[in-house]
Amino acid sequence: MFRFIVRRLLQMVVTFFGATFVVYALMFAYVDDPYQALVGDRPITDAQRAALDARFHLDDGFFQQYWHYIRGLLTGDLGETITGRSIGDLLAQAWPVTIRLALLSIVIAAVVAVGAGVLSGIRRGGAFDTVTLVLTLIVLAMPIVVLAPLAQLVLGIQLGWFPPTAGRDAGLYELLLPALVLGSLVIATELRVTRTSVAENLRADYVRTARAKGLAPKRVIGVHVLRNSLIPVITLIGVDIGVLMSGAIVTEGVFNIPGVGFNLFRGIRAEDGPLVVGFVSVLIIVFLVINLIVDLVYAALDPRIRYE
Amino acid sequence: MSDLGELSRTAGKPRSLAGDAWLDLRTRKVFWIAAVLVVVVLVMAIWPSLFTSADPRDCLLARKNAGPTGGAIFGFDFQGCDVYAKTVFGARDSILVAVSATLISGVIGLLVGLAAGYFGGWLDALLSRFIDVMLGIPFLLAAIVLAQRLSSDPQSNGVLAVTVTLGVLGWTTAARVMRSAVLTSKNQDYVAAARMLGAGPGRLMFRHILPNSISPFIVVLTVLLGINIAGEATLSYLGVGLKGDAVSWGIAIAEAGPFVRTAAGPLVWPSVFLAATVLAFIMLGDAVRDAFDPKLR
Repeated sequence: MFRFIVRRLLQMVVTFFGATFVVYALMFAYVDDPYQALVGDRPITDAQRAALDARFHLDDGFFQQYWHYIRGLLTGDLGETITGRSIGDLLAQAWPVTIRLALLSIVIAAVVAVGAGVLSGIRRGGAFDTVTLVLTLIVLAMPIVVLAPLAQLVLGIQLGWFPPTAGRDAGLYELLLPALVLGSLVIATELRVTRTSVAENLRADYVRTARAKGLAPKRVIGVHVLRNSLIPVITLIGVDIGVLMSGAIVTEGVFNIPGVGFNLFRGIRAEDGPLVVGFVSVLIIVFLVINLIVDLVYAALDPRIRYE
Repeated sequence: MSDLGELSRTAGKPRSLAGDAWLDLRTRKVFWIAAVLVVVVLVMAIWPSLFTSADPRDCLLARKNAGPTGGAIFGFDFQGCDVYAKTVFGARDSILVAVSATLISGVIGLLVGLAAGYFGGWLDALLSRFIDVMLGIPFLLAAIVLAQRLSSDPQSNGVLAVTVTLGVLGWTTAARVMRSAVLTSKNQDYVAAARMLGAGPGRLMFRHILPNSISPFIVVLTVLLGINIAGEATLSYLGVGLKGDAVSWGIAIAEAGPFVRTAAGPLVWPSVFLAATVLAFIMLGDAVRDAFDPKLR
């Protein structure tokens, strides 16, 4: 296990530098005149250029600038938005509601996907299975830009089952509809993976042994099959976090939830470059760390992984 | 003897893998539904005037949020534009962007996957690590940064920027699939035979290995087309995609969002078309994958 952890950590360091470098290069490629890009269309004097140099290190080479950016990221200094607000403070204010939303949607998605996945895995080809497969196909085809406004329109405004918008101190009930929308992005894949692995495990030797011992079907499926079927589902959570982050940008924008995604959404609309790069970088770090944890948990649960 | 003759008649001439797949494919209902949907959307993208005679940019505030009339079967939006015409014409830029981006991704993915799989060694290690790094960045986040960078020119309508963004960022899965397909087929006997006959690396790769490892790659590209249509809509919705005089489903959904309480039609119809198109490409990919997979037959 120790060797696996070390290898995985080294891999994570490489990915961290690679990913931040790619984002940095994407952001700052093709800028003709960074000074002009900062101040807009006004002509600028040499003194102003010197002041900008001192503040943003614009006269340094590309790699030196990348180094300043990495140092800022690692020390938690994310700089300021173009309107002069601290990006770190913005982020600190935005996190709580986003975390609540993300946790709620992960729980909803996991409960629905595992429940329905087990049921359709047991009766493959049955009516329930067919209906779920068609439903997951439809959900897969709905991009978040379609799903979020339509859910707001139908469930929030026309039927009035849920509040159509949520604020900063949104409670569980206000967050329920956005969480449902967000969760549905990952439900389909989670459900399909659960279904396939349940169906496979039902034919495994240890299930036959459990049945032969005379265990009740509930215990065979609820304990023996389920525990082994959930392992591949756990690895999906790592990928899902990335999907949820992307989805949160649109969902929080549609439902007016002032979280991380909403701030990023507004930053994009206002063409606030520093804010976008700061938020995106932090999100990538969160993504990498969660994936690291998921991989370690996976290795702890499934010994086959660490001996590859 | 007559038995043998019977056998050879029913067996017919030897079929290729693609021929087998086609025989299997044409018995599937899902394939035909998806194919019809795709063809309709493609025709709509190439000749929108076949479906409507109205101009999507002919807007009259006097008709603001008016209900359906003779030609405008979906009614009018908050600027008095014909929703049906806008939806039909929206297919063009959406499809154009998605198809070109998929082609870019396809070429990059093909070359990277082929090179990594065929040459192996340090080149494979380097390319594979680079793909790992790219997969370490959530797709939409990278796309937002790049699209915002590329679309800063206020004169352009963003078609080129979005195409390049989606194309440059979307090739990783295709390259991975290509690489593993090449790895399995490069050790086959027919490749060894061709090499002994004196074929060079270029001929081996493109004449012998590529045709036998292309099918999983095509499946990935089909699904990628659907993803790219959704990607264009998402970027346009966020405001870093198509803009200006472009007409697209993503822009229509973004514009209709704030007015959804007064008029739902301008939001609903582009959404339905967008979802149906994405669904068609996903179903098509699923059907083709099943047909090419001998284990499922």
